[in-house]
Amino acid sequence: MVSSFKDALNSGRFVITSEIAPPKGTNLEQMHHHIELIRDKVDALNVTDHQSSVMRFPSIGGCLAIKEQGGEPILQMTCRDRNRLALQAELLLAYTRGIRNVLCLTGDAVPVGDHKEAKGVFDLDSSQLLRTVRLLESGKDMGGSDLDGAVEFCAGAIVTPEAQPIEPQLAKFEKKVEAGAEFFQTQAIYDLDSFSRFMEYARQFPVKVLGGIVLLSSARMAKYMTENVPGIFVPQNLIDELSVAPRGEVLAKGIEIAGRMISALKKDSICDGVHIMAIGREEVVPDILAAAGI
Amino acid sequence: MKSITKQKPFEEIMGQLADIGRVYIIGCGTCTTMTGTGGIDQVLEMKDRLQEAGKRVSGWTVIPIACDEMTEVSIKENKRAIEDANCVLAMPCALGVHRISLYIDRPVIPAQDTLFIAVEDAPGYFREVCAQCGQCILGETAGICPITACHKGLVNGPCGGTNNGKCEVDQEQDCAWTLIYERLEKQGRLDLLRKYHPPRNYQVTPRPRMIKI
Ligand code: SF4
Ligand code: SF4
Repeated sequence: MVSSFKDALNSGRFVITSEIAPPKGTNLEQMHHHIELIRDKVDALNVTDHQSSVMRFPSIGGCLAIKEQGGEPILQMTCRDRNRLALQAELLLAYTRGIRNVLCLTGDAVPVGDHKEAKGVFDLDSSQLLRTVRLLESGKDMGGSDLDGAVEFCAGAIVTPEAQPIEPQLAKFEKKVEAGAEFFQTQAIYDLDSFSRFMEYARQFPVKVLGGIVLLSSARMAKYMTENVPGIFVPQNLIDELSVAPRGEVLAKGIEIAGRMISALKKDSICDGVHIMAIGREEVVPDILAAAGI
Repeated sequence: MKSITKQKPFEEIMGQLADIGRVYIIGCGTCTTMTGTGGIDQVLEMKDRLQEAGKRVSGWTVIPIACDEMTEVSIKENKRAIEDANCVLAMPCALGVHRISLYIDRPVIPAQDTLFIAVEDAPGYFREVCAQCGQCILGETAGICPITACHKGLVNGPCGGTNNGKCEVDQEQDCAWTLIYERLEKQGRLDLLRKYHPPRNYQVTPRPRMIKI
């Protein structure tokens, strides 16, 4: 067994993952609280890696906390902040500490974050990092030397099914599959018809796809995302639904929408599972699952 | 091809000249003339500003091509005025500063920040097209360089930030990988989009980069 998450992917049942964001600072109380709330309700928990290029407590630190609290972590690793030596070293560390799942990402650009003057590394990209995971599993490092003790990971990547133009995105998706990605977590999806079309395409590859569910916490946020976040399209009827919700019930409406989408994806077996991102409202993840009837 | 420069803020230049009374100014007749950062007009303007700020300017010259070997001749011709100064304020790009430093023992202070090597798309519009990476992949990217045109220098296709043909760092900036895709499609070579490029080899040209021809 590589990991319980991999077993869940292979079990054929609908897989649930979610994510936590480590704190900016050393106060881990809220993170521990979120882990405690969610860990038993999901198959695995991602920990973001300086998401949006904002400096935080490290991803691997969050993964260790999840391990300590009895959960199953997915280590998010971006290529923005570490060169190939540091990335390989961190994979070795992660393996020795029982972390068995890794999500390989290129990483957001430095100027979108809070350390705009920093140097972006990008020595590797996501597909090269995936191959590096597989190489380390074979007992070799990128310099060609033998490892004294190899690693073994369930490795995944991300895909943006609504990206425009879509062809370069699909070419990259296929490169990641060839590089050894076993699972994909998608960017937020809201239009289930267009996601179903993407899934028809993705089904020809031997990978598991978890649809990305991002909680819409207000009509304003939904509008902002559709206008500003690359590859996210929120249909107008969802924005309308949020804007007519009575004051004080908007978040509940967002939870209901997320739950509804998850149960639709599950009912029609459109994809292999979902990845729930509550972005700053991790405490409502159990409510989303309840709304989905899970 | 032009070396693109931006004049440093005057306060920064004055900071570097803090303990210096007499200055000799050198401009360049090529790139910094064309970018309007270190040609004759800017040299004269700099002379006035330095004098207003209480510096003595022992002389000035504009070398036709400050980065080439004729620079030595020009410096010899102006030896006396240069030696009369405590330092040289250099207004060519950094390549000129290096060349000038070969022949002068006095401190050479750059007046420019040297930004990149560019081609001129339209009058006044300069674009970096090559970072001289040492492993050219233009043949597989439809002639668009992802090392310079992609913000992250990615060689295996777009990142997740690509947004309707624009880059995540700037809505005004084209995503290099959309451009590459469009041109490969026109050329009927979309299969190249699926070709895997291994990690770059930075050992190809170890720093400092040198070659004997
Ligand atoms: S790949 Fe780009 S940076 Fe490298 S040599 Fe070619 S044009 Fe220059
Ligand atoms: S959006 Fe395009 S140009 Fe910008 S970093 Fe990503 S791939 Fe490169």
